[in-house]
Amino acid sequence: MTMLLDLALVAWLLALAIHVARARDDQGAIIAFIAFGLLLGLGWTRLSAIDVAMTEAAIGGGVTGMLLLRAEARLRQRSSQPQTPKRTTKAAAAIACTVVAAGLALAVLSFPSPAPTLAPAAAAALDSTGLGNPVTAVLLAYRALDTLLEKVVLLLALLGVWSLAPDQLWGGAPELRQTVAPPPFVYLGRILPPFGVLIAVYMCWVGADAPGGTFQAGTVLAAMWLLIMLASLRPAPETRRTTLRLLLVGGPVLFFAVGFLGFAVADGFLSYPEGAAKPIIVGIEAALTVSIALTLGLLVAGPSSRAPAP
Amino acid sequence: MTSLANAFTLVAVGCGALLFLAGTLGLLRFPDTLSRLHALSKADNLGLGLIVLGLLPQAESFAGGLKLVCVWLLAQISAATASQLIAGVLYRRKSRP
Repeated sequence: MTMLLDLALVAWLLALAIHVARARDDQGAIIAFIAFGLLLGLGWTRLSAIDVAMTEAAIGGGVTGMLLLRAEARLRQRSSQPQTPKRTTKAAAAIACTVVAAGLALAVLSFPSPAPTLAPAAAAALDSTGLGNPVTAVLLAYRALDTLLEKVVLLLALLGVWSLAPDQLWGGAPELRQTVAPPPFVYLGRILPPFGVLIAVYMCWVGADAPGGTFQAGTVLAAMWLLIMLASLRPAPETRRTTLRLLLVGGPVLFFAVGFLGFAVADGFLSYPEGAAKPIIVGIEAALTVSIALTLGLLVAGPSSRAPAP
Repeated sequence: MTSLANAFTLVAVGCGALLFLAGTLGLLRFPDTLSRLHALSKADNLGLGLIVLGLLPQAESFAGGLKLVCVWLLAQISAATASQLIAGVLYRRKSRP
């Protein structure tokens, strides 16, 4: 019975992927892509990877879709003629995708059975971190360097978006609100954020011991912030504000500081002192959540489109 | 007592699934956007409500049940808002010449 369900899920995912690739109207393709992200989240749940499932639903189904929709709307404003890619471009993209998919499939199929795994080692060392969730232990203790660099990449992406603004608008506020926000949307923007913030705080806190964590919590926070900005309840902030920039870099900076402190009080870069790993990790996660929420929100808001107030 | 709770779950979740099926049929077959929205919100509100109601006896704790009800309430709010937004766009498009 569950086998049937899994097969249906796989068929559904494949059909939706083909639909996304073939859809002629961009908006429809993006909406199908959002549905694809949510379904893929279900797929990860079936593989018992709840942490991945939550991230996929939040990023793949949420933020990416919103980014793409904004980009599509902006492209539509710019050009009156819808531009379709050339046949050769399409063919090249199709070939590249097929090669990558085939390569991945080959790699997965060529694993010896049982596949090599570090899961027992990760579970065995869990006690020394004081954490209960092995995924968080991998992300913030065993492979902390990867996580740290990933957050720096996010900041670089935001810098890339910001640098699209013309010189005279640098440091100004991005424009996100609609000309007239419909009343039901404003109502949603008033009542949903308290729940969202509560859920985000819970996700961040519970991440140490159960599925959840910084990225999921940060995405939920970002969604609530975007809702408030889209409903015109609060304007987007000026990007030159010092508090905003401090909060943006706060998470990675704290991470770096703890990393370098590791030379003095523990075994080296990014190693935590014995017994104090958990409180340090939870502290880093809290700062990272705020940074991720701001970064994702500002990524969607886009480059500044108004000159900074004098 | 447990078998009674299980029977209740089966009936309620079954009804919910049936409503979702009917809602999907409506979404695919109804002629215009407003009636399709109607079918969709019926499935969302009542179907999900019945499924949550059916799952309540299976919840391990009071807090777990409360979370299920919260999921239903949040889905309600977002579904209602989305329907209003779509209907609003439709209305503005129609009233414009």
